[in-house]
Amino acid sequence: MTALAPDPLLTLVWAGIIGTAIFVYVITDGFDLGIGIMFPWLEPGAERETAIATIKPVWDANQTWLVLGGGGVFAAFPLAFAILMPAVYAPLIAMLLGLIFRGVAFKYRARTKRVWLWDFAFFGGSTIAAFAQGLILGAILQGVKVDGRQYAGGWWDWLSPFSLLTGVSVVAAYTLLGACWLIWRTEHSVQDHAFRIAKQAGAASLAAVAAVSLATPFLNHDYFSHWFEAPGIYYSAPVPILVGIAAILFIRALARRAEIAPFVLAQCLFLLTFIGLGISIFPWAVPGAVTIWQAATLANAQSFMLVGVGVLLPVILGYTGYAYWLFRGKVGATGYA
Amino acid sequence: MFDDPSALALARFQFAFTVSFHFIFPAFSIGLASYLAVLEGLWLKTGRDVYLQLYRYWLKIFAIAFGMGVVSGIVMAYQFGSNWSAFSDRAGPVIGPLMAYEILSAFFLESGFLGVMLFGLDRVGKKLHFLATCLVAVGTTISAFWIIAVNSWMQTPAGFGIADNGQFFATDWLAVVFNPSMPYRLVHTLLGAYLTTALVVGAVGAYHLLKDRQSGRAGQPATRIMFAMAIAMVAVTPPLQVLAGHEHGVNTLEHQPAKVAAMEGHYESHDHAAPLILFGLPDDEAQVMRHRIEIPGLASLVLKHDIDAPTTGLDKVAPENRARVAFPFYAFRVMVGLGMLMLALGLWGAWAAWRGRLFDTPWLHRLAVALGPAGFIAVLAGWITTETGRQPFTIFGLMRTAESASPLAAPAVAASLIAFVVVYFFVFGVGTSFILKLMRSEPGPAGPAPSPDDAAEVGSLPPDAPFGFKLA
Repeated sequence: MTALAPDPLLTLVWAGIIGTAIFVYVITDGFDLGIGIMFPWLEPGAERETAIATIKPVWDANQTWLVLGGGGVFAAFPLAFAILMPAVYAPLIAMLLGLIFRGVAFKYRARTKRVWLWDFAFFGGSTIAAFAQGLILGAILQGVKVDGRQYAGGWWDWLSPFSLLTGVSVVAAYTLLGACWLIWRTEHSVQDHAFRIAKQAGAASLAAVAAVSLATPFLNHDYFSHWFEAPGIYYSAPVPILVGIAAILFIRALARRAEIAPFVLAQCLFLLTFIGLGISIFPWAVPGAVTIWQAATLANAQSFMLVGVGVLLPVILGYTGYAYWLFRGKVGATGYA
Repeated sequence: MFDDPSALALARFQFAFTVSFHFIFPAFSIGLASYLAVLEGLWLKTGRDVYLQLYRYWLKIFAIAFGMGVVSGIVMAYQFGSNWSAFSDRAGPVIGPLMAYEILSAFFLESGFLGVMLFGLDRVGKKLHFLATCLVAVGTTISAFWIIAVNSWMQTPAGFGIADNGQFFATDWLAVVFNPSMPYRLVHTLLGAYLTTALVVGAVGAYHLLKDRQSGRAGQPATRIMFAMAIAMVAVTPPLQVLAGHEHGVNTLEHQPAKVAAMEGHYESHDHAAPLILFGLPDDEAQVMRHRIEIPGLASLVLKHDIDAPTTGLDKVAPENRARVAFPFYAFRVMVGLGMLMLALGLWGAWAAWRGRLFDTPWLHRLAVALGPAGFIAVLAGWITTETGRQPFTIFGLMRTAESASPLAAPAVAASLIAFVVVYFFVFGVGTSFILKLMRSEPGPAGPAPSPDDAAEVGSLPPDAPFGFKLA
C-alpha cells in the first residue's frame, strides 16, 4: 500500500517546512531571548523597561514557532522525534524550565516589589534556554547512538566540547540579534547602549560561527565530504564567502549607525549558518543513523497536514506581520525612576 | 523493550504531574477568554463603563493565567517525545498531524492576537480590538477541539490500521478526529471549563459583596454585575454538564466497559440490578470492594436505564488488562460530589435572584466563595478518572503504557521530575498568588492616573505615559 510509505517528494517538502519553522523561531524568539541574556547589562529602570516593552506584544507568538518546530518534527518525522528527544533529555528539560522562567517573568515583574528577582529569572531563563538550544543543536549534529527504532546511548552523551561550543555560540548569536533589534526599535541612550552590545556580540558571534564551521566538517565523514568534496563543494563554497561579505557589511553598518541594516544583516548571518547546517546534515534526520525518508511519517499523513499548512501558514504569516506592523515605531520610556 | 519499572512509574508520575498543572490554566483561560469577549461585546453594545471596568479587571488576571498555560503547555508537547518516545514513534503518524493542526489553527491564533488584546487598546479601533478578543477565545476553543481529538483517539481509536513496523496509520482522517468518544468528551470538557471560570468569577464577586457588607460600604456596580452573571452561568451550566457527563458515561460504557467497571468499583459482574457503590475501599489484590455503601439496582438504572440490565465487572476483563480501581473510583466520586454542590449553588442563586435577594444573602455568598476552586478540583478529578481508567493502556486495548516509555534510566527521569515539581510549585505558586492579589481588589472605575502596575501590563495609555509606545 503506497499510503504506508512516506512520499519521497513530500518528505523533502516537509523537511523544508520544519527547517523553515525552526528558522523563523530562531530569528524571532532569538531576539526575545537575546534581550533576556543582556538584561543584567541594561540599566534597571527605564532602559530595561524600554527593552522589554519592545517585545511584549510579540514574544508569545514568536515562541509559538518553537512548538511548531518540535511539534512539526513529531508530526512529520516521528521516528526522528522519538530517537532524538530522549537523546537530548537533560538539555531539553533545562530549555523547558528556562522558557518557563523567561515566560512568566514578563508578567510577574510588573506585579511585584521584588523586580530584581524576576529580572534575574528573565535573564537566567533566557540564557539557560538559549544555551540549552545550542547544546541540543550540537548533540544532534555530532550524532547519537541508535539501536533499531530507539535511542541507545547514555544520559550524558549530549555533553561534549562541540556541544558546549554550539551552546555558547547560540547565546552569543541571540545576544547579537537582541542588540540589533534594540538598535532598530529604540532611540537615544538605550539605542547607544545597544550599538555597543551589538559590536561585542557581533565579534563573539562571528568567532563562534568560524569555530563551529571549522569543527563541524570533522565530526563525521558525511559532513566533511559535503563541504570539501565534489559535488557538495559547489554548493558549500559560496557560504563562507557570503558570510564574510555579510560580516563586513555588518561592521560597516554599525560604524555608520544604521538602524535597520544591522538587524537585517544579523538575520542574513543566521540564514547563512542555517544553510550551512542544512548542507552538513542533509539527508539525515538523525545524523549517521536515520535519513529523512526513513524517519518520515506516512504519505497520507504528510498530505493531510500539508493541506492545513498550505492554508494556515500564509494566514499565520499574515496576522503575525500585522501585529508587528501594528506595534511598529520607536519604543519610548519617560521618567520611570 | 526498555523495561525498568521504576523508570516507568517515574515517567508516568511526571506526565501526570505536569499535565495536571498545565490543564488548570486552560481550564480557566478557555472560559475566561469567552467571558472577556462577552464583557467587551456588552461594553460595545451598551456603552456602559462598568463592562469596560470588568474587562480590564479580568484581562490582567487572564494575562497571567494564559502565560502560565503557554509555558506549561510547551512542556507537554516535548514530553511526548522525551519520556514517551515509543508511543511517539508508533502513534505519531496518527496523532502527530492532529497536534500539528492544533499548533497551526489554535496556538498561533491565540498568541498572535493576544498581543493586540493586551497591548493594542490604544492602537486599534474598538471593533478590531473586540475581534482580537474574540479570536483569542476562538483559539482556546479550537485548541480544546484538537487536543480532545488526540486524547479521545487514545481512548476509542478509530479510522486506523497498524503497519508491520508497529506504527499506527490513519485510514480515515474524519474517523480519527471524530472518533466515537470525541464529541462527548469535547462538550464535557468545554462545559467544565466554562463552569470553572463561572465559579471563580462568582467567588470573587461574592468575596467583594461580603467584604463590602462587612465594612458597611456600598459595593461597586461592577461587583454586582459580575456576581449576577456568574450565578446565571452556575445555574445553567451544571444541569447541562450532568446531562453531558451522563451521555459521556453511556458512551464510555459502550466502548470502554472495563473503564466503567473500574470507575464504578464493580469488581464483579451482575446479571441484573447492579448496585451503585457510593463509597468503599477497593482491594485490587482480592478484587473486592470492602466496607461498601451502596444503593441496590441504581447502577443498572443509571448506566443502562433499565434496573434489570446486566453490568460487566472487572471479572470479565483479563487480569493484565485491569486498571487499578482506587484512582478512577475515588476521582469520579470527587468530581460528581463537587458537581452536586455546584448544582446546589446554582439553584440557590437562581432562587435568591428570583426573590430579588441575590446580593443580600451572605450564606449564598459564602458558599460561592468556598466553591471558587471547585471547578479546578472537579476537572482534575474528571481527568484522573478518564486517564487512570484507561490504564494499563495508552491506546486503549492496543498499546500498553509499559511499552510506551522512552529508554531513559530512572535517575534521569527522577531528576527531571524533581526539577518540575520544585519549579512548578514555585513558579505557578507565585503566579497564583499574584492572581489572588489582583482578585483582592474590587473592580471599579480606573483611578485618576494609571499606576505603574496597570501600565506595565495592560497597554491602554496616552503616548507620553510611562512605558508608553510612541509612533516614530
